[in-house]
Amino acid sequence: MDNIVLSVENFRKTYQSVVAVDGISFQVQRGEIFGLLGPNGAGKTTTLECLEGLRTPDSGKLRVAGIDPAKQFSQLRDVMGVQLQTSGLPENITVEESIRLFCSYHKIPPSYDLIDRLDLGQKRHAQYQELSTGQQRRLSLALAITHKPKVLLLDEPTAGLDVASRVSLHELMRELKSTGTTIILATHDMAEAEEMSDRIAILLEVKIAATGTPLEITASGAGLTKITVRTQNNCLKQSGLTFPAVAQQSIKEEYIVYFSTNIGATVSAIIAAIDSQADTLIDLRIERPSLEDRFLEITKIGSAQ
Amino acid sequence: MNAFLNHFSFEFRTGIRNKGLLFMTYLFPLLVYFLLGALMTAVNPYFRDTMIPAIVIFAVLSSTLLALPATLVAARKEGIYRSYRINGVPATSILVIPSISVLVHLMIVAAIITASAPFIFKAPLPVNWLGFLAAFIMITAACTALSLLIGVFSTSSQMTVLWAQVIFLPSMILGGLMVPSSILPKALSPVGLLLPTTYAMRVFSGLAYNQPVEGGVLFPIIVLLAGTLLAFGLALYLFTWDAPDSRQMKRMPLALLALVPYIIGAIFL
Repeated sequence: MDNIVLSVENFRKTYQSVVAVDGISFQVQRGEIFGLLGPNGAGKTTTLECLEGLRTPDSGKLRVAGIDPAKQFSQLRDVMGVQLQTSGLPENITVEESIRLFCSYHKIPPSYDLIDRLDLGQKRHAQYQELSTGQQRRLSLALAITHKPKVLLLDEPTAGLDVASRVSLHELMRELKSTGTTIILATHDMAEAEEMSDRIAILLEVKIAATGTPLEITASGAGLTKITVRTQNNCLKQSGLTFPAVAQQSIKEEYIVYFSTNIGATVSAIIAAIDSQADTLIDLRIERPSLEDRFLEITKIGSAQ
Repeated sequence: MNAFLNHFSFEFRTGIRNKGLLFMTYLFPLLVYFLLGALMTAVNPYFRDTMIPAIVIFAVLSSTLLALPATLVAARKEGIYRSYRINGVPATSILVIPSISVLVHLMIVAAIITASAPFIFKAPLPVNWLGFLAAFIMITAACTALSLLIGVFSTSSQMTVLWAQVIFLPSMILGGLMVPSSILPKALSPVGLLLPTTYAMRVFSGLAYNQPVEGGVLFPIIVLLAGTLLAFGLALYLFTWDAPDSRQMKRMPLALLALVPYIIGAIFL
């Protein structure tokens, strides 16, 4: 239990008569990357803002490194770093000045290593308004981690970043994780969440719809595995050919796509059929359901209900 | 203290880098100074007697009321205050530091006006420099506090323009800058007393030029100080890091309390 750095217990928040978050609970351990996913309006931002101390919960218990964000805001900023989705800096402040300014408020000497680490070294004397969106996001991240926080909240950290910057950011996140920093990652990018997160919570209609490791979440769905096949003579396109455990199938250009509940049974039958038709297998791909598939499945069920 | 100084140093330098602020603080007041100086001294030779305080007060109005509130609204809208908040910048710093920065910029402008007006327009210099400085600081503080308050309760930059003009335009016409308050029509005199500039002109007259002031110089000093403290206190109380929500909006009419010292002044004078 001592390893738990962040805990949310029966957290509820309303805006006048609108319920933004309804009694959610989760815990995050030291050095863990915890993904917070959900469609717009699911309650992600409200949850983050209450953890950041920017809003006060109506009920429930929130703790970040033992600190109550609503009541101990000044202590919170020493243990938490935040990269907000919507934040800004004065347009005339330079990269170096912003580091110096915020370090002085954190009561630490300014450290410019991060500027180089985040490829902003050459922009050290550039004003905020002269930076590209990606560079502004990177500066925002540098400011969030300059005081070496125990908990880092990242809200859409890769939005607006190019591929190289994105890879570099992911490397930095892994590095921070290895030093024991706990990271809460709110993102719409399912591939990023799947790749980076140790555990994930999917928020849907102000409640937690699913929680677990990315593997646990993807495995908990309908479990349809995508099998894509192409043969030389297109023998599988003949009508009347059916295979065991196939829930649905479709044709895409030269390929036939099967969605199976039992990979082994379906693939063996497909290969047997190809052999019996004296055809030749050209391409066979098996893809397990991705987090995105599972996310869409969950949101689809949620909206149907 | 280190953080405060760092923040002030950045804010002051930003003032120089920001073309908009530079225009409203330096260029516009100095341009008006030369134009008004040439025009008014030709039309009304007695304008010379009050020229230095009048133009200095105009510069104060320009760089506070016309510039500061919109900057605050824009900073809030662009999420700058959010960044400040999560990095531990206190609300008092957000309000106090730009005020000090404006004061320093205005000191430079006031020095240019005061040093050149006797040579260019034969305007009389203050006889009590300490009194001049005190009067200058008082009117700057009063206008800055009102500007902060406007910036805090306004939800858009258009609204800041509207509220700033409610004070700026009457101040120019009725505040004793262009014509002495004593020659205003009787019906307009009480309106002039609702403006900080009327009291500032009296304080300049009494403290900087050792002139007799109707009702004494202490009363306008008290009105300006009370107006400053009340407006600043209300700005701090009503300050919001983000756009105010409906609950916070309900408190905003409290901002009108900042006028109480001026209303009392109008009643007693």
